[in-house]
Amino acid sequence: MENSYNKIITIERAMENFQDGMTIIFGGFGGIGSPPTIIDGILDKEVKELTLIGNDTGFPHIGIGKIVSEGRAAKIIASHIGSNPVAGQLMTEGKLEVEFSPQGILAERIRAGGVGLGAILSDIGMDNEMVADGKQRVIVEGKEYLVETALKGDVSIIYAKKADPYGNLIYDKSARNTNPLVAMAGNITIAEVEEIVPLGSLEPHEITTPGVFVDYIVPSKGVNWTWAWE
Amino acid sequence: MGLGIDVRNRIAKRAAEEIKNGMVVNLGIGIPSLVPNHLPDHVNVMFHAENGITGMGPSPKKGEEDENLCNAGGFPVTVVAGASYCDSAISFGMIRRGRVDMTILGSLEVSENGDLANWIVPGKKVPGMGGAMELAQKAKKVIVLMNHVDKHGKPKIVKECSLPLTSARCVDLIITEMGVFVVTNDGLHLKEIFPPYSFQEIKTNTGCSFQW
Repeated sequence: MENSYNKIITIERAMENFQDGMTIIFGGFGGIGSPPTIIDGILDKEVKELTLIGNDTGFPHIGIGKIVSEGRAAKIIASHIGSNPVAGQLMTEGKLEVEFSPQGILAERIRAGGVGLGAILSDIGMDNEMVADGKQRVIVEGKEYLVETALKGDVSIIYAKKADPYGNLIYDKSARNTNPLVAMAGNITIAEVEEIVPLGSLEPHEITTPGVFVDYIVPSKGVNWTWAWE
Repeated sequence: MGLGIDVRNRIAKRAAEEIKNGMVVNLGIGIPSLVPNHLPDHVNVMFHAENGITGMGPSPKKGEEDENLCNAGGFPVTVVAGASYCDSAISFGMIRRGRVDMTILGSLEVSENGDLANWIVPGKKVPGMGGAMELAQKAKKVIVLMNHVDKHGKPKIVKECSLPLTSARCVDLIITEMGVFVVTNDGLHLKEIFPPYSFQEIKTNTGCSFQW
């Protein structure tokens, strides 16, 4: 395969971007659309004290849940941890700091980080202490909002169906979920893809994430976990 | 004390009557997931899932599941003709912008003024709000389907919720195995009583006053 933009790399090369204590933003929703090969790479490299940002903590053996269950995360910013009891247990034991954000607001905070904005204004959960405590309030045109800060990461890890060598991405059905937002929010974005196709073979109007946001492309070894419904 | 499948289906069937042609509807887990089974054929509706599906269809046959086509609970679904996929930001944009006509969800408690408490189960770990706050606060109509009383026989429709709120003053309609309540600005109105229950039984099992 041509590699005219030097973005296609091995999983081993991709792992050079990961260190202890860094912030990783991950794509996926309940593990669907999370990158299995990169997640296993992170586990194998044994990086720890990570801050993770993403929709949810997956299931104990699915998606980002594998990293959480191994105790590699110090903090997670997510909308939901209920499907991963290990995350709840680590939180209760004081071993995992959890910041909850309403799901769509979390998505917008990640998007804001990815598109160069400092924050968004939200009226979701304004009277809920778990959402609103400690957050600045502003009044715009007579209506009060919470200031929800933008989220960025050292590295974004995402999963897509197809990439071309420039990193233009197409996602598969509902595995799109948070991936196009997460793709923009990392200082370095690594896309794990099911298939790499020649430059020019994707229709420009079909591309969901333009390759400008994608630094590296890693071929996927495929999902290696058993889904909850199986 | 859980409800039998017949009773759950009866509640779901009544909720299905609220869905009008052309609506966009988001369904929660539990009894709400039974609602599509009771929709008349002539009602065209797009079911919305927070993870980015508009136009969700029934569960696939065994062996035909697609791991990349699942609902917000992570279970395989199908899509109907006219469906679309979007990212999570757009999906919640639809909700906040008022494009989702109705959300049908379960609850632990609902107060007489429509406060919803459905996200923290007492004595369990805090799971996080997921998309519940946005749906409760921004869907145009919020319908709660639930048992009339909890497993200890205590009313779930109460004067004031004892559990942490998901969202205040957001519920429009409550459907239980005993009847249907509408939440209005001047309090709770009992609109329908389901057999075999009596008005007196509903009064005894409801934790606040209501009009009839």
